Amino acid sequence: MATLTSAGPPAGTEHEVVLTVEGLTIVLDPSGVNIDDEVSLLIRQGEVLGLVGESASGKTTAATSLLAHQRRGAKIAGGHVTIDGRDILALSDAELRDVRGGLISYVPQDSSASLNPALRIHTQLMEILEAHDFGASSADREARLAEMMAEVLLPSDAAFLRRYPHQLSGGQQQRVAIAMAFANRPKVIVLDEPTTALDVTTQAHVLDTVRDLTRRYGAAALYVTHDLAVVANLADRIAVMYAGRVVETGTRDELFDRGQHPYTRKLLSSIPDITGERALQGIPGWAPRPGQRPTGCAFAPRCDWAIERCGEEFPPVDGPSAEHRVRCWRWREVGSQGAEQDVQLRDKGLALCETPETQVISVRDVIAFYQKKETLHGIDATLCERRCLSLVGESGSGKTTLARCIAGLHPYRIEGDITLRGRPLERDARDRSRAERQAIQYIFQSPYSSLNPRKTIRQILAAPLKVFFDLSRDEMEDRMARALEQVALDATLLNRYPEQLSGGERQRVAIARGLAAEPTVLICDEVTSWLDVSVQAAIIELLAGLQRDMGLSMLFVTHNLALVRSISQEVAVMNEGRIVEFGLVDAVLDDPQADYTKKLLSDTPTI
Amino acid sequence: MSEVAGTRDPSLVEVGAVVSARRFTWLRTTLVEAWRLRVTKIGALIVLFMVLMATFGPLIAPYSPTELVTTSFGPPSTEAWLGGDSIGRDVLTRVLYGGRTVITLAVAATSIGMVLGVTLGLIAGYARRAWDETIMRLLDVVLSFPQLVLTLLFVSILGPKLWLIVLLTGVSHAPRIARVTRAATVDIAQRDFVHSAESFGVARRRILFGDILPNITSPLLVEFGLRLVYSIGLISALSFMGFGMQPPAADWGLMINENRQGVLLQPLSVAVPVVCIAVLSVGVNLIADGLDRVLGGAERDTGAG
Repeated sequence: MATLTSAGPPAGTEHEVVLTVEGLTIVLDPSGVNIDDEVSLLIRQGEVLGLVGESASGKTTAATSLLAHQRRGAKIAGGHVTIDGRDILALSDAELRDVRGGLISYVPQDSSASLNPALRIHTQLMEILEAHDFGASSADREARLAEMMAEVLLPSDAAFLRRYPHQLSGGQQQRVAIAMAFANRPKVIVLDEPTTALDVTTQAHVLDTVRDLTRRYGAAALYVTHDLAVVANLADRIAVMYAGRVVETGTRDELFDRGQHPYTRKLLSSIPDITGERALQGIPGWAPRPGQRPTGCAFAPRCDWAIERCGEEFPPVDGPSAEHRVRCWRWREVGSQGAEQDVQLRDKGLALCETPETQVISVRDVIAFYQKKETLHGIDATLCERRCLSLVGESGSGKTTLARCIAGLHPYRIEGDITLRGRPLERDARDRSRAERQAIQYIFQSPYSSLNPRKTIRQILAAPLKVFFDLSRDEMEDRMARALEQVALDATLLNRYPEQLSGGERQRVAIARGLAAEPTVLICDEVTSWLDVSVQAAIIELLAGLQRDMGLSMLFVTHNLALVRSISQEVAVMNEGRIVEFGLVDAVLDDPQADYTKKLLSDTPTI
Repeated sequence: MSEVAGTRDPSLVEVGAVVSARRFTWLRTTLVEAWRLRVTKIGALIVLFMVLMATFGPLIAPYSPTELVTTSFGPPSTEAWLGGDSIGRDVLTRVLYGGRTVITLAVAATSIGMVLGVTLGLIAGYARRAWDETIMRLLDVVLSFPQLVLTLLFVSILGPKLWLIVLLTGVSHAPRIARVTRAATVDIAQRDFVHSAESFGVARRRILFGDILPNITSPLLVEFGLRLVYSIGLISALSFMGFGMQPPAADWGLMINENRQGVLLQPLSVAVPVVCIAVLSVGVNLIADGLDRVLGGAERDTGAG
């Protein structure tokens, strides 16, 4: 996308400030625990401010308070939100109804939940124009409605407008939500991770639309996201939040090139790099939730730069310029260090393995069905010894179906051959031999669903050990401790329940459960898609290390092309139930042959 | 399955014991949380009072339940505080004796219903397809009979035997319990931890009772409370109609039947057992309601996962 890479500051020099947030503090109501602490932001006309933070950083709570809305149990304890000179937090309910959707509007994360399923698109869009008395007549409003649809690149013919939300695709729904948000030409628009649920291609289109409209109407946009790569292409300025506080704000270039806060720096190195020139580095630990945040700088426990003072006192606002603000005691020192530019070492002499002896899993002409519908159309693929094969594709491409077919977890009809070391595998894991079940281990996408919430980590890890080995109690304990050690977790976690662990820890437990079976093949199905970027990077590092050290063959299923280089040697690109391109990672990413791969590469946001 | 046999290793039994103690912790947290609600507290106090009365009532009762103390439908007096029944026995004594049977029979019947219904519901919800259809349609047939009619049908053929009443009441609960269990099971069976167990080749029986059942205890606990209320009503109704406890036994349901001709002469002889049944039902219902609020709330909070 040509437009994706040209996100400079808007034309013109000094634009007036539309939105200011000062010292906004939001607490949980009865407990008084801080969700957001002294958040200050400002956005100018026609500018996009990216508000970046990992889960539980308080970014969404801060964003919705710009509309004077708090989720249940949260309360604004202090601060001001000023839009165009009006103090939003001081408005009455009636005034707020007028302001919301008019002066300031909101695009939620999940548009399918925000559109009324019982109303036609036309009715919903008309409703918001009528509510704010747009134009003089209904003809004016109809004209505006057609214009809105054109702006978000949707058809405005009567047949389309008569549709219900469920008759639209996810991307179309999100466009309708954006059209609604821009309907009354608001001064401020708050976008809360509107592309999280979308495929990269759709995401690229939606981001284009947001940027165009912001420019065209001179609106001030706050774009909330956990994905730095997305804001890199979209935002003019960026505010980084950590544990309820804004730790650094500055222009996009200042933050990406000269980040002064250790967290910003670390966050950047957590982002998978599609060019493979930067090594992926995770941040140890995870972001603390409200109520568990340490005193002083909340990042100190995870920070390489931390000094004693960091644990005692939260640093004041400081920074190299009036626009580039940092809250870190040691920002000068952090900033004086150049950005780390590790070049990842990759064996350039690597060749595709073709010899049958090294093939661990071989898939030949596999056709799979979902209920009665054919979803995989003749797949051929090979997984070799000590190799990691990435399986990349958008949702619905059939990549998870293929992975589940190999694991024996696909509940519908499969045709063709799947072999393990030359021996054909049964379709259903239950019909496979114990050795076959043990050889292939599957790590699921969501660690929130793959660990039984009513079982302790000990019981969870015991499941494969009981089935695959006859062990004494001491041997079991040993194996469990070792499995946890392999995933860098402490053995004291054995007595905990999954809900007492963070998302990253849960995924490590799930990996440990797979490793406990001592497999030869590890299938990882989108294992990082539920995790924060800093945690994702740590899990990728872990998996890459395990695969190398234990000599595992790994099938790494992902929708994120940028991760591929960090972990695998070979890549297969899937689209609509077919493998459209297969080869060594460097060959495919540097010189893609298939049109689909090219499109996927160009749509993947990069920093 | 040979790999399952490995789990019977006696050294592992201890691991299992530690584990069940922990699962109990979860249950205890739930109960503590439910206890904080006023409905649960009131319900629990009512049920506790009724259970204590039924258990220790006979010890403090002034007379024997079959002893003739006053005249037929004698009014309340210093000898018989709540008056006499149809043939002059002490109403107070008979009320104190009459709770035991209702409570024990109701608990037994509900337990039978739970075991049956939960097992069928788990199998239907997990196996899906043919098994699901077969089990649920058969249960629909049972469900199409009103509970009382179903029970009466068999009791009138086979005679008023207590075990039969308990069994039939349990069986008549099973379809409803199975429905609740099945719905919860279908949801849990789609979670990846079940797929994970399947990929290891864990036996189906262990997946059902080890992985799925602990995750659906919340709705089942509430269902148990609700079914218990219906059991109390049903068993009292059967006694009232003469198919339950037989004279001269003291039983609340039976008392209502025996004394109903004298309801105008000696209203207490009918009103007191009626109130006892009602209060017990309300108490159990309140507990179920409190549990529902706590567990329902918890489910909603973690619903995303």
